[in-house]
Amino acid sequence: MKFKLNTDEAKLLKKVSGISSDDIKGAYNIRKDGKAIERVVTDNINIVTKEDKTGIDIYIKENTVGEQVHIPVIISKSGLKDVVYNDFHVGKNAQVTIIAGCGIHNCSSDDSEHDGIHRFFLEENAKVTYIEKHYGSGNGTGKKILNPRTEVNLKKGASLVMDSLQISGVDSTIRETYGKLEEDANLVVTEKIMTDNNQYAKTIFDVSLDGENSSCKVTSRSIAKDTSYQEFVSKISGNTKCFGHVECDAIIMDRAKVIAIPEIDANNVDARLIHEAAIGKIAGEQLTKLMSLGLSEKQAEKQIINGFLK
Amino acid sequence: MLELKDISFERDNKKILDNISLIIDNNKFVAITGPNGSGKSTLAKIIMGIEKPDSGRIIFNGVDITDFKINERANLGIGFAFQQPVKFKGITVHDLISFAAKRQVKLNEACEYLSDVGLCPRDYISREVNSSLSGGELKRIEIATVAAKKSEFTIFDEPEAGIDLWSFNNLIYVFEKMYKKITGSIVVITHQERILDIADEIILLTDGKIKDRGSKDKIFPKLMKSSKCKFKISKGGTDEI
Ligand SMILES: Nc1ncnc2c1ncn2[C@@H]1O[C@H](COP(=O)(O)OP(=O)(O)O)[C@@H](O)[C@H]1O
Ligand SMILES: [Mg+2]
Repeated sequence: MKFKLNTDEAKLLKKVSGISSDDIKGAYNIRKDGKAIERVVTDNINIVTKEDKTGIDIYIKENTVGEQVHIPVIISKSGLKDVVYNDFHVGKNAQVTIIAGCGIHNCSSDDSEHDGIHRFFLEENAKVTYIEKHYGSGNGTGKKILNPRTEVNLKKGASLVMDSLQISGVDSTIRETYGKLEEDANLVVTEKIMTDNNQYAKTIFDVSLDGENSSCKVTSRSIAKDTSYQEFVSKISGNTKCFGHVECDAIIMDRAKVIAIPEIDANNVDARLIHEAAIGKIAGEQLTKLMSLGLSEKQAEKQIINGFLK
Repeated sequence: MLELKDISFERDNKKILDNISLIIDNNKFVAITGPNGSGKSTLAKIIMGIEKPDSGRIIFNGVDITDFKINERANLGIGFAFQQPVKFKGITVHDLISFAAKRQVKLNEACEYLSDVGLCPRDYISREVNSSLSGGELKRIEIATVAAKKSEFTIFDEPEAGIDLWSFNNLIYVFEKMYKKITGSIVVITHQERILDIADEIILLTDGKIKDRGSKDKIFPKLMKSSKCKFKISKGGTDEI
């Protein structure tokens, strides 16, 4: 059985997860308008519906290597507020890629909202690549709202690489990411955001480096256009010998606003924490250089933004 | 042909360029030299449109381009390798070469531009043009990019800076290759004797004025008088000039 989607929905699905109904491999759970429409499990990856609340538990057996899990969410019904709790239980030494993503298509005047609460429990030496894309489309006046919350718990030697992308169409988002790292664990988060018109995006990072030699690197690249507004709040606590690095880099255009509030808490003499934040307009000399190669100012701007968000 | 008519540029009550008039004919290899702060880079920026002169006109192939934008000049056939190359985030060497050529340049062609400037293509083609590159590397990428643009009139602003001796021979070869291929002109702002050597003509700029212009034989003795030390240094300590 393969799920059926209309054109807008298929486009959304492709955009946020890269898959389509005739091109999908591995385990998956596709959620549309607040309901799971299709689920496939494998020998190593099981997906179970939660009984106490909406959402699923994803169990990945230890030593599972090279498999993928897709859990996209698409919403094309307006006026819907969808809240989902997804928990990932990743066994020892497993190495998997998890692709989440949420797309909202809204043509009406009612708001549509999806709040995905994702918790990751990685056992010793598990390695996960987690890709999350957010996207909105449709020209209704109803807002497209996405509030993802991600909690990452890393046991000894576990690592999680999280790539998060929100390029267009999301009117309002509050993105929270929490991490707790044990010994030798490593968390790498890269987020890319672009807002325009009247959009609002807030990012919150709160990572606690509890285990010796744990490390965390957070990179945020964002572009704020028109009258959009972005906030970036991050906190890394180093509670032992550890390394943490946060880099927030924003390009601001038109009458947009960006606020970055960095916090690094070193609670141990061997904690090494770095925070870098830079907000500014596109560097004039970058425009000048590309224009001297023959690009118009608009083209140059576009290429600089493309590169920045690449 | 490029013609500058009475170009003046003044900032902070200082005449940075003082009534410069100059014609550079087609198919010429011209070197501009002169002490630091004499206005060489400013002159190049005014030709490219990065700075606007307070007065004077710029004529390129019969068209008055004084009020043209940078990209309009670029598309008419003016190219400029910056003295201080610009760094980006996310834009790769291959991207820049493709922008310059106005098409998606094939890998092997892009690689040729890099090997010409002494960079191992495999190591650099996909590199981001960002602050992880050294000054000398950025400088060579700048030259490769401008070479890929194949402009009819190209200015290089102190291309030798930060480039070691081995690559320097290559650099001369890059200019010679460009010069052969294009039917146009190359202007090199330089302190390097070996580049001055191969120039058809040398222009000596001092305090924003053209002090002199002519063949190497004519200009060299004057250079020696005005800035002997600098030439010694740029030659790596040897004395003979
Ligand atoms: N926009 C500007 N505002 C103020 N001073 C400038 C400006 N551009 C250049 N200058 C000054 O003009 C002089 C010539 O600069 P430049 O053209 O870079 O010299 P060169 O390339 O010959 O070393 C320098 O003293 C420089 O500081
Ligand atoms: Mg200069």
